[in-house]
Amino acid sequence: MKKLLLVALLSVMPLAAWAEEAKDLAEDPVVEKRLVALAKNLRCLVCQNESLESSHAELARDLRREVREQIRAGKSDQEILDYLVARYGDFVLYEPPVKSYTLLLWFGPFVLLLAGAGVLFYQVSRRRKTVPEANLSAEAQQRAAALLEDEEKR
Amino acid sequence: MMRYIIVVVFLVLSTFLFIQLESGRDPHTVPSPLIGKAAPAFSLPQLHEPAKKFSPADMKGRVWLFNLWASWCVSCREEHPVLMALSQQNIVPIIGLDYEDKTPDAEAWLAKGGNPYLLSVTDVEGRIGIDYGITGVPETFVIDKHGVIRYKEVGVVTPQNLHDTILPLVAQLEREP
Repeated sequence: MKKLLLVALLSVMPLAAWAEEAKDLAEDPVVEKRLVALAKNLRCLVCQNESLESSHAELARDLRREVREQIRAGKSDQEILDYLVARYGDFVLYEPPVKSYTLLLWFGPFVLLLAGAGVLFYQVSRRRKTVPEANLSAEAQQRAAALLEDEEKR
Repeated sequence: MMRYIIVVVFLVLSTFLFIQLESGRDPHTVPSPLIGKAAPAFSLPQLHEPAKKFSPADMKGRVWLFNLWASWCVSCREEHPVLMALSQQNIVPIIGLDYEDKTPDAEAWLAKGGNPYLLSVTDVEGRIGIDYGITGVPETFVIDKHGVIRYKEVGVVTPQNLHDTILPLVAQLEREP
């Protein structure tokens, strides 16, 4: 009986997936559109890998309210981002600005790519040296062609 | 040749991993950009006397701790005895901010566990919390005589971080003009 109950309960669990994205309804659509666009690039600070737009966390809700109010107050996107960065640091942005300490973050992958290309180039050029071009006389070449032809016929 | 490169890359990566693990740094703590900046101004009603307001400017000339708490906050229960002990020593005043809380709950909680605060203010909607860049409660700010934030403890004030970091800083700030 207990097992049956467990099965029944587990089987309704997927219904939780129907839960809506965190939305604050009945708002001005223009404001909401800007809010969504802004919040997609902002980090929900308590959930780290979730954007402010999709998070259900209370802090995220409060921050969305703050952003919404600033949009209504006529602040530009940049002003709103500056406001948040002043309080939460660059960490709040999903796209951190290029600064001295983010150089590695921005350009590290390209450095790795170049290093990989270098290693590849080195390896290829080395292999070329170890396998020298065959230097055949005209006679030997004819024989090789004949052998190949023979092979094809068979 | 290739084999050596792979070994070196592996060693470098594992060294980074080891340093990070050993440092004990919690990747969830975000460095606050507010350190060295003036504590954001506000004027909020006091918890016990809602008719009276408090603003950080009232503490000018004093070193103080600004502790954000709530009756619903579980880790605050762990922190509470530490703050109680600190308040009995009369070293540094603690101002509380009751964050997104119901006033009767907050009053009941302080009545039961003791009140370590010189006074508390209520931030029912969490607006001032955002101004202070907090991500949760408890968080504690050390504010100097000029109203500048000098330190922020994210999470619980423990006997250890109190004695190792917060109190030495308070003593230093007391000596500053």
